[in-house]
Amino acid sequence: MIQTSEPPAIAVEGLSKTYKSVTAVDNVSFTVARGSITGILGGNGAGKTTTIGMILGLILPSSGRIRVLGHDTATDRHRVLHRMNFESPYVALPGRLTVRQNLRVFAMLYGVPDAEAQIEALGESLDLQDFLDRETGALSAGQKTRVALAKALINSPELLLLDEPTASLDPDSGDWIRTRLEDYRRVHQATIVLASHNMPEVERLCDKVIMMKAGKIVDHGAPEALIDRYGRTNLEDVFLDVARGRGLAGEKAMLP
Amino acid sequence: MSTAMKPGQRPVYRSLSPMRVWAVLLRHYYLLKSSWPRLLELIYWPLVQMLMWGFLQTYLAQRSGGLTTAGGALIGAILLWDVLIRGQQGLSVSFLEEMWSRNVGNFFISPLRPGEFLVALMLMSVIRLMIGVFPVTLLAIWFFGFNLWGLGLAVGAFFGNLLLTAWGVGAIVSGLIIRNGLGAEGLAWTLMFLILPLCAVFYPVAVLPSYLQWVAWSLPPTYVFEGLRALLADHVFRADLMIEALAMNAILLSAGCFIFLRLVRQAKEVGSLMAIGE
Repeated sequence: MIQTSEPPAIAVEGLSKTYKSVTAVDNVSFTVARGSITGILGGNGAGKTTTIGMILGLILPSSGRIRVLGHDTATDRHRVLHRMNFESPYVALPGRLTVRQNLRVFAMLYGVPDAEAQIEALGESLDLQDFLDRETGALSAGQKTRVALAKALINSPELLLLDEPTASLDPDSGDWIRTRLEDYRRVHQATIVLASHNMPEVERLCDKVIMMKAGKIVDHGAPEALIDRYGRTNLEDVFLDVARGRGLAGEKAMLP
Repeated sequence: MSTAMKPGQRPVYRSLSPMRVWAVLLRHYYLLKSSWPRLLELIYWPLVQMLMWGFLQTYLAQRSGGLTTAGGALIGAILLWDVLIRGQQGLSVSFLEEMWSRNVGNFFISPLRPGEFLVALMLMSVIRLMIGVFPVTLLAIWFFGFNLWGLGLAVGAFFGNLLLTAWGVGAIVSGLIIRNGLGAEGLAWTLMFLILPLCAVFYPVAVLPSYLQWVAWSLPPTYVFEGLRALLADHVFRADLMIEALAMNAILLSAGCFIFLRLVRQAKEVGSLMAIGE
């Protein structure tokens, strides 16, 4: 993690999102330090994706404030979009376009100075050369994930948001992606926020973990600190304690 | 992991960027280039309609001595109707392509602004129109001796007004789809047909019952089709009709863009941009 006097990469204050009678995110506040990797954990419906959606500006908050790289997203979102990017298996790139064509289009959208050199460099780093000129829709799941990551890195973002970046990948491919993310953070001193259900992945990558349940942050801290505090040997057991309200999580829930 | 951009190097921020509009156009150029069925679809219906109405016009001309089909009114009308409907569908289908490929989320988190996206979709509607309708207007000369381009500058006024209507309606349809998901896709194909009986495509407004005539005159395309008939039958270019249509279209297009932007905002309020689908 980088110590800097600059404002945090993300500062969220009192963030809530309500859909009719359902509260998806409930008065959440947190900061993400520049150069850190932060994991947002929680079961299905915990509010992770909604929180990321609000940071990206794809979802408007019901209340609260988000600052990204020092800019208020409610008023100044377009000043910062070219400095961030996102990858998720739930959005896709046009399947009829080749990988190179897709990357060229997004390089232009993000105002990348030398698009072709950037595509070549990403092709090399993410091992895409063999299928840069193949249709994106014809690729395997692992290849598509690498292409989606290339799109997410096309503008060398200072802030990278990832929603389940290794979902549906085999262990080898997942490990390969994680290594690339670690490299990217190190070389570019980038900030990464990821939502994941893969606890070993979070333990390996993240400096800090934010645990959500029913739209609220129920705990946060470094993975090792959480494991110690809950008296567990791994983050998966901590996750289960939080999800099922047992152990320390249960005691916290009993507090007035 | 290395990229071509050095650590700390940032892409250039521009509040408005023709490059981003060009990027969306390029994306659709790549799509059309890679898919001959999409190209065929663009020309298929305009061609079928032109042939059908052309032969009908030929038949009616033989039976009625040409009174009902003066100067190729039917075939001219169907070609202009195609400009209207294909213009709207060109915008809406280009938008649907992003929905079908689940790419909308990628666009809306990029620096592409909704207004730039809309401009790109309008330009795509013109490109799709040129691919689909322009060759059919040439075939109409060959098949039926009807030269739409022989009408001179009036064609520009007709096309311009119809395109503005098409963009206004297309923007509203696209907004409804982004707000309500692909369940609203049918609107892209059908909404314009709602005005077909009312905007005097094949018959004059005077044919309509009086209580529908004011509805007809509240639709900008009505002025274009009446203008076409005046030109073909009386050889008079009705500039007054074109100016009235232009004024109405200015309101319609402004309203369409406003509604599109409002519906994008509503989509963000209800979270439908994160769950693009049905």
